[in-house]
Amino acid sequence: MGEPIIQVDDLYKSYGAVEAVRGVSFAVAEGEVFGLLGPNGAGKTSCVEILEGLRTPDRGKVRVCGLDPETSGDQFKEKIGAVLQSTALPDKLRVKEAIELFAKFYRKRANTDELLRRFQLDEKRDAFYSHLSGGQKQRLALAMALVNDPEVVFLDEPTAGLDPQVRREIYDIIEELKRGKKTVLLTTHYIEEAERLCDRVAIVDHGRVIAEGTPRELKQKSAGTTRIEVRLARPLSDGMLGRLDGVASSREFEGMYVLHSARPPQTIVALVKQLEAENNELQSLEMFSPSLEDVFIELTGRRLRE
Amino acid sequence: MNALKHTWTLTKIRIRLAMRNRAFFFFSLAMPLIFLVGAVVFFGRHTEWVGYILGAMLTTTVMGSFWGLSVQLVTFREQGILRRFRLPPVGAGPMLASSILSNYFMALPVVVIEILVCRWVLHMQSWGNLWAIFVLVTIGSATFSSLGLIVASVTNTMQETQMINNLIWMAFLFLSGATIPLAIFPQWMQRVALFIPAQYLATGLESAATKASTPYEVLEDFLALALGFWVAFEVSRQLFRWEPEAKLPRRAKLWVLAALVPFLLFGTWESVWGTRLNRVNTNYQTLRMTPSGARQSPADK
Ligand SMILES: Nc1ncnc2c1ncn2[C@@H]1O[C@H](COP(=O)(O)OP(=O)(O)O)[C@@H](O)[C@H]1O
Ligand SMILES: [Mg+2]
Repeated sequence: MGEPIIQVDDLYKSYGAVEAVRGVSFAVAEGEVFGLLGPNGAGKTSCVEILEGLRTPDRGKVRVCGLDPETSGDQFKEKIGAVLQSTALPDKLRVKEAIELFAKFYRKRANTDELLRRFQLDEKRDAFYSHLSGGQKQRLALAMALVNDPEVVFLDEPTAGLDPQVRREIYDIIEELKRGKKTVLLTTHYIEEAERLCDRVAIVDHGRVIAEGTPRELKQKSAGTTRIEVRLARPLSDGMLGRLDGVASSREFEGMYVLHSARPPQTIVALVKQLEAENNELQSLEMFSPSLEDVFIELTGRRLRE
Repeated sequence: MNALKHTWTLTKIRIRLAMRNRAFFFFSLAMPLIFLVGAVVFFGRHTEWVGYILGAMLTTTVMGSFWGLSVQLVTFREQGILRRFRLPPVGAGPMLASSILSNYFMALPVVVIEILVCRWVLHMQSWGNLWAIFVLVTIGSATFSSLGLIVASVTNTMQETQMINNLIWMAFLFLSGATIPLAIFPQWMQRVALFIPAQYLATGLESAATKASTPYEVLEDFLALALGFWVAFEVSRQLFRWEPEAKLPRRAKLWVLAALVPFLLFGTWESVWGTRLNRVNTNYQTLRMTPSGARQSPADK
């Protein structure tokens, strides 16, 4: 990796007694799609908004395109684009007006008509913002993040709260950015999103980076194990699952038992036998091939999505 | 240069947005015109009063800038709209200045209609001092916009803004001479009025519309409003907040007090050395002494 285009060193940020970011460091190379993956409240937005120059860090060094976001002013703003997590536009602003308004603020401008076409907002160009669907609003936000043809794009939970169909549309758009060699910093709490879109991922929890690497590297940490999730009619005796054949680890999350097994068939047979002996009943059983979810569970003992 | 361009861009879009807001449209455009119709009905036959009424109407219209787009700005902040404007290279300056310009451009057509109706429909006896009216409308709109921006910055929710705005608005309306003539107030209330920003606008516009003052006397109103504008704008820039959860600086109260300093100075000066109250009382008495329906009033010589 050459000189990184985003560089974060030992970043800290607190809000009163809440320590949102506690010593985060990472670097992003030019043209890379980098993901911050973590549950709600992990400190992702705080990190990203410090990088965008919207928040002031308590401590630590941050560089984007070689500039300090806080002090570099307009020169910095010309180079970045962003989708913010919590923002809106005026209800009575039309799509076309919105994108042209923001384009006018920059010296370097992308073609706004082309952006609208690319983001399938062409037939909505005269619609009021308040009349757009969630997916359309998000596509507009993405289009607006690109009006200045930025060098670095920050996407803070670009698909949160959207239904799966719409989410996939947004994935296509981000993959297109990736093909266009834009540097993208993406935050998300969706596993598939990080696995599908990101070249590299930092898993964030409680304001710290707890693992970092390519999705493949990270998954190799739980290599060879399959996640089995079961629901039972009645609670189990302590530690019983851990002693089943092939089980590497077992945990309980609100009535759901999560096992990691190196030999799933043997584990399942053993489980069923044991349940019969205890007069318990299997309500559901699901198996998952290794994902970043497993990495997160292994590292924190908690699930990523609640 | 860029700041000016951005200010203009924002002004145009904010006027458009305001026009699409029905409540806003009603209060800032329709309501003044309804008052105007009321004036036609009540004063249609008392032409010597029309100039005086015009002054009062212009004052309320221009003071409307106090509400205007500063309230829009609070909504923008609360809904997280404002923070989106932090990403591009637009500063607080253009954002605030566009509130002032938008208010001004939206007040102008109403002002023009009010003047024309008074002259042509209500047979106002002269055009008044149009030049002075123009200058006072311009600076007055800027001053009251800025005062509104200060309230917008120190309040946290729309409800709070409207509550505080209403309180101040009442003082502006009723202690300035814009609705109830200052001259019929007891002495002590007249003295209080000397410290109210709106009084300078009201007195200035009434004199300008009736040609009752010398240019020098109108100049004092202008200076009070201009200094008031300058300080209030600077204060609103200091207190400006992009983020809904951003806290007010601890010195916010001091800044708010600073915005009142120009009017404290002018008020003090007026109560010790000034002749403003004499002038206001004399003008009013002269008007009252004129027989109703007379075409020629002493104020119009
Ligand atoms: N402006 C703020 N004021 C107070 N607390 C905040 C603020 N922003 C975030 N927090 C707190 O900081 C923590 C991290 O939040 P955030 O950075 O938004 O995480 P994420 O984006 O990963 O959900 C949370 O506990 C959140 O409540
Ligand atoms: Mg967040």
